[in-house]
Amino acid sequence: MTIWTKMKPAFWDHEDVAAGPHKHLFNFRRIWRMSVILTAGVALAPLVFMTLVDYNVSQQAIEADIYYQTARLVSNTRRNITFFLAERRSALSFIDKDNAYSALGNPLRLAALLDNLKKGFGGFTDIGVINQNGLQHTYVGPYQLTGVNYSDQEWFKEVVSSGTHISEVFLGFRQQPHLVIAVKHDLGGGSFYILRASIDTQQFNQVLAEVEVGGKGDIFLVNREGVLQTPSRFFSNILQPMALRVPEFSEKTTVLEVNFQKEPLIVGYAYIQDTPFILMAVKKKNELMKDWTETRIKLIGFLAVSITSILLVILWVSTYLVKQIYVADHKRVMTLHQVEYANKMASLGRLSAGVAHEINNPLAIINEKAGLIKDLFTLKRDYSDDPKLMGLVDAIVYSVERCSKITKRLLSFARHVDSKPQLVDIAEVINEVLGFIVKEAEYRSITIQVDAASDVPTIESDRGRLQEIFLNLINNSLAAMNTSGSLTITIRRTKEGCIRASVADTGCGIPEADLKRIFEPLSSIKTGKGGTGLGLSITYGLIQELGGSISVQSEVGKGTEFTVRLPVKMKPSGENNNESTTCG
Amino acid sequence: MKVLLVDDEKELVTTLAERLALRGLEAQWATSAEEALSRLQTESFDIAVLDVKMPKVDGLLLKKQMQAKCPAMKFIFVTGHGSSQDFEAGALEVGSDYYLVKPLKIDDLVAKIKEALQR
Repeated sequence: MTIWTKMKPAFWDHEDVAAGPHKHLFNFRRIWRMSVILTAGVALAPLVFMTLVDYNVSQQAIEADIYYQTARLVSNTRRNITFFLAERRSALSFIDKDNAYSALGNPLRLAALLDNLKKGFGGFTDIGVINQNGLQHTYVGPYQLTGVNYSDQEWFKEVVSSGTHISEVFLGFRQQPHLVIAVKHDLGGGSFYILRASIDTQQFNQVLAEVEVGGKGDIFLVNREGVLQTPSRFFSNILQPMALRVPEFSEKTTVLEVNFQKEPLIVGYAYIQDTPFILMAVKKKNELMKDWTETRIKLIGFLAVSITSILLVILWVSTYLVKQIYVADHKRVMTLHQVEYANKMASLGRLSAGVAHEINNPLAIINEKAGLIKDLFTLKRDYSDDPKLMGLVDAIVYSVERCSKITKRLLSFARHVDSKPQLVDIAEVINEVLGFIVKEAEYRSITIQVDAASDVPTIESDRGRLQEIFLNLINNSLAAMNTSGSLTITIRRTKEGCIRASVADTGCGIPEADLKRIFEPLSSIKTGKGGTGLGLSITYGLIQELGGSISVQSEVGKGTEFTVRLPVKMKPSGENNNESTTCG
Repeated sequence: MKVLLVDDEKELVTTLAERLALRGLEAQWATSAEEALSRLQTESFDIAVLDVKMPKVDGLLLKKQMQAKCPAMKFIFVTGHGSSQDFEAGALEVGSDYYLVKPLKIDDLVAKIKEALQR
């Protein structure tokens, strides 16, 4: 037996076998389904909608915050880089203006100036003076660069045309990464010289290394061709091309999302004015969204728990309500059957009484006539010695007595149709009922045994209803048996002070599947034997009216036993016997 | 000891009267309430055996009318019908012991008559 079979409500397998007024008014499964679907829809739709809205709003807020923080980081760092370079360019410009060309051509003076620059600003590696032909005639620094000609270098051409220049990071003659700041000084008449200083990339890199990026991020400089100008944690080393595409020019700080190796990255960038540098900050989006992911799991968990709880409550409430409707409708059908049955019994009672009366009068005449014949024979002694004649008269009187018993039984049955509670001996009632069927049992070789314990008290009950109950049960037992078999009726007093009467037969038995609905109206299992399916449901109803209960045990092929429990004192009509009896 | 038998079945009352006579009881009979009442004008009876169900006037009403004329008279009811109302009304009137159901046993009837008269 599966869990579903145990748990499914009674209405689930309900099928209407009757039509007209005996049909159930509702399709219980459909009501249940509609109730579940509608309630679940109304309850869950707003919840799911609100959760989705909240989910999106929270996600967007967090993403917006990430964009904002990245933009601020890039902005601030750009300011620092710009300041770093501008400060050094201004210092160089100041030296240029503060010293005559001749003073700058003096290596000692130039060495003193480099020393001051290193102490005052830091980051300067060397300094040199280049004439208008591109020849570096004076140089102070760690390399042997005096006499080097720069006339064919790009930076030289640019500084000649624009006056100042900040170079990309490059290796140059020294084969060390560095960048160059150069300022042009016009001497008039078309002649000029250039003061040129190199900046140590270590210090330049330090500026970026100190920036707190967060989200396992990276911040670095690239040139406009995408070559790394500072070391990068994500990408390759300095002076190597960056794997990401060079972002489009923008005057403002810009933040965008790109996919790199199937991983979403938040990229913030800014073009640094008057330099070849683009500042780029790259952060792993998944790292930044980690907190959000945890919140999201909690949110989804909350949603799942809520939906489960709501669904459980809806299922329980729907099942409970439909069950109540089912029980109410079931009671309606039962009551209808009982009313019909009561009417039928009343008609039958009236008919029986009429028939009995009509038969009784001629019977009485036959009785008296035969009696008179016997009287005459006996008293006048004319034929008293004729055994044959006396025997014939006795046979007539005996037959009249038999007929009389039948009519009395019929009358007794009819008399109790509308009867009231009275003291009843159960064994007597059962024997009365057996009187109706004893001949049939004899014809079919069915033995009947009544075993009544001596301590069974008389009970206050409804005699007519008890007759109907036992007549139904005994008739069912007879119907279940073919020729031969035995019917055993046992009457006992229970510990609770009730009366227990069981009717057991050795008939065909009832399959387990039918046992569950055996007391339901119109559930006849006497297929093809003319059963109306009313008897047991009526019996069930009658027993409940008397404040008792009925149970059944059966095994296919072995037989069936119906056990009726009845209280010693019947509850006054109107009380709910189902609830108040202790014999139920 | 005079007995009046009243029943709409003439065959029954005549035979019963004869059988009672054979047992030493003087029995007269009537087949309707009118006839019974008219007999009371001329004769007196110690006890009446009345059928409950009779056309026009039933046994219960007849008993009242007869009792009005002869207050000392005793009564026994006989019925071929056994509905609960009849039984209750009849038993209330004369007591359930004096309410007999057809067909009768003559010895029972004689015993009841004697018992009623001794009461």
